[in-house]
Amino acid sequence: MRISRRILAGLATASLAVTATSCGGGGTSGSFDDTVTVGILHSLSGTMAISESTLVDTEKMAIEEINAAGGVTVGGKSYKIEYIVEDGASDWPTFAEKSKKLIDQDGVPVVFGGWTSASRKAMLPVYESKDAFLYYPIQYEAQECSNNIFYTGATPNQQSEPATDFMYKRSPAAGGDFFLVGSDYVFPRTSNTITKAQVKQLGGKVVGEDYLPLGNTEVAPIISKIKKALPEGGIIINTLNGDQNVAFFKQIQDAGITPSSGYYVMNYSIAEEEISTIGPEFLEGHYGAWNYMMSIDTPASKKFAASFKKRWGADRVVADPQESAYNMVYLWKQAVEDAGTFDDNAVREALVGQKFDAPQGPVEVMPNHHLSQTVRIGEINAEGGFTILEETGVVLPQAWNQKHPSSKGFACDWTDPSKGEKYKL
Amino acid sequence: MELLLDSLFNGVAIGSVLLVAALGLAIVFGLMGVINLAHGELMMLGAYTTYVTQLIFKLPILKPFYNSYIIVSIFLAFIVSGVVGILLEKTIIRKLYGSPLETLLATWGVSLILQQFVRSVPLAYGTGLVISLLIGLFLPTTFPSKIKESINFRYFKFSSWIFAALTGVLTGSVISSSVSKLSRASARNVDVTAPSWMRGQVEIIGTAFPKTRLMIIVITLISVIAITLFLNQSAWGMRIRAVTQNRQMSDCLGISTEKVDIITFGIGSGLAGVAGVAVSLLGSVGPNVGGNYIVGCFMVVVLGGVGNLLGTVLASFGIGIMTDLIGAGRLLSIWPDMPLPLSNTINFFATTSMARVMIFALIVIFLQFKPTGLFPQKGRMVEN
Repeated sequence: MRISRRILAGLATASLAVTATSCGGGGTSGSFDDTVTVGILHSLSGTMAISESTLVDTEKMAIEEINAAGGVTVGGKSYKIEYIVEDGASDWPTFAEKSKKLIDQDGVPVVFGGWTSASRKAMLPVYESKDAFLYYPIQYEAQECSNNIFYTGATPNQQSEPATDFMYKRSPAAGGDFFLVGSDYVFPRTSNTITKAQVKQLGGKVVGEDYLPLGNTEVAPIISKIKKALPEGGIIINTLNGDQNVAFFKQIQDAGITPSSGYYVMNYSIAEEEISTIGPEFLEGHYGAWNYMMSIDTPASKKFAASFKKRWGADRVVADPQESAYNMVYLWKQAVEDAGTFDDNAVREALVGQKFDAPQGPVEVMPNHHLSQTVRIGEINAEGGFTILEETGVVLPQAWNQKHPSSKGFACDWTDPSKGEKYKL
Repeated sequence: MELLLDSLFNGVAIGSVLLVAALGLAIVFGLMGVINLAHGELMMLGAYTTYVTQLIFKLPILKPFYNSYIIVSIFLAFIVSGVVGILLEKTIIRKLYGSPLETLLATWGVSLILQQFVRSVPLAYGTGLVISLLIGLFLPTTFPSKIKESINFRYFKFSSWIFAALTGVLTGSVISSSVSKLSRASARNVDVTAPSWMRGQVEIIGTAFPKTRLMIIVITLISVIAITLFLNQSAWGMRIRAVTQNRQMSDCLGISTEKVDIITFGIGSGLAGVAGVAVSLLGSVGPNVGGNYIVGCFMVVVLGGVGNLLGTVLASFGIGIMTDLIGAGRLLSIWPDMPLPLSNTINFFATTSMARVMIFALIVIFLQFKPTGLFPQKGRMVEN
């Protein structure tokens, strides 16, 4: 199995190398009429650097691919894309400051950036006051719809809602009770509010919930609560962040909370990158929900993974956030070409309705500045990937969640001036 | 009964993590009065030592002994963190005795340097560097006294440092070429996997306990017993206590206070390394792992009463049991039909975040009444 996979990957890389050399002649740097500089703003230092640097790598790769294919063509002129990378340093005010620098000093037409919701919330006022444009690639809690941000990650109805549905109806623990675990910040709390509303609608029961303060790795009290609330096993929804997952899975396995004893964990923040850090031996048999999974068996998906490995090393993996980052660069390029200018407002108008054949399948930009996407549920396997169990059709994004009590009945539409950020359906 | 046992075990388990982490600090901060903010990073070095040991034990020669790597790493972690601690004492802290604010800033700087060090230096060469330090610091002390007293001793010292550097580079490159995972620098968190005999659960009186937790409790117990015996029974322990109580008088009586300081700080740092091994069994190992524990460590030492090991022990188990009682909402299961307002309050605090708030609040209230902790130190140092 492993060998055949390796050969496949090798073949893919080899064929890619051939195509790259064969069309390399057309896209050399000498043949551009002009250049355009875009901004890339992620954390390259601090706690978020590990995750966010993978996005920088992906965005660089997408830009190189576009340049190799002749760059961006605007008004009959071809532009080579150049980029300025700024370090947000895992510090939210720095994100705002660097955004100002990129917009005012460097005059970039677009910034690709951010990971945490906190960094996005810090940047938002900057982009709104300067009427500039930010492309944000991470699956998040939604409940936001800015005219100046373009969101290519999943909203809760494109990730957690189908996942909860799967767990309650079709997983081995179907019909069981829910326990919710998360890190103590905005995404887990919002996501769990939605999950609780949904479980109630489905007729299920949430028997407990707990949040681990960021940086805390003592899971013992949570384990005793899980054992008390779910003595016979059940469904655990996990929205813990980063390293806390390592502590959580190590300790619950030691405490006997495993799939073989009837406990199934659905994870919203564990992708291929995290599986390899935590170790598949702790995660095997649990679940994940994403728009993109590396094991998607389509030519577009394989090409994406192969190009990334070729560019950054054979041991690298691609995951959902990277796919979103990759898509947003291409969508921007398409919108600019359609608009015939780099000007923000024209690009913004051209952006809505853009379609792209992404590694996950077709995506389209909706009037609420989010993407329509496919949702996949996967079981984590011993090789450190996902075995895809279910795949929805294309799901439309809800910027305002229809299950969250504060936003039920609202929507967002930037193509109609009378509707805008939040209007009643 | 089962409930009580479970709760007690959980409390002891949480408390023993706190205790093993705070034990080194209880010596460094408690006995020497040094506010060492790099304590967490010395723990981190211990955790990384466990990781390196684990990988080295996966080499074909050592593979048969793989299951015992965790025991070996406890000793290695003690040595590694101890040596780094000694270097820290010799170069920085020694010059700052008696000026707590400067010590605080300097050790904070050291903690940042150590964090950045593990991020940007390949672990193989980091190991080599520690080996160099070990040889450079200890080889000269093994020379016969004839050489030590001669004028040319500094040349011997110098040449032993050169020998140390060469050995370090050599071990570094050997490890780097044989274990590929250690040959590249990475800011990524790494993972220590407990050997198979330590995973899963054991059943005691009908209740299942996780083996890693039991292991941590055992490590903690052994550390506490060893350090108590050392301080109370050995000659050096007696000297340490003498210097703690009255430095000038001990100096007059011929105790080398300089040596005592080095040994005390080295042991405190070494214990931080042992704590690192324990912590690596619970979560992932990364540059920031120490920072998560440092506040808890100071809290335990202050609550227990500075300079008193028994206080530290009681404070950690007290906090551990309280964390479990409040955080897991135990009181509700002990007394299920309590009045509604009371049960609502308990439910409100029965989350990990709120339990923490509650515990800190209780500690603040406690310190209002006993500002010097559970067991305040009596003696000249306090009077001064």
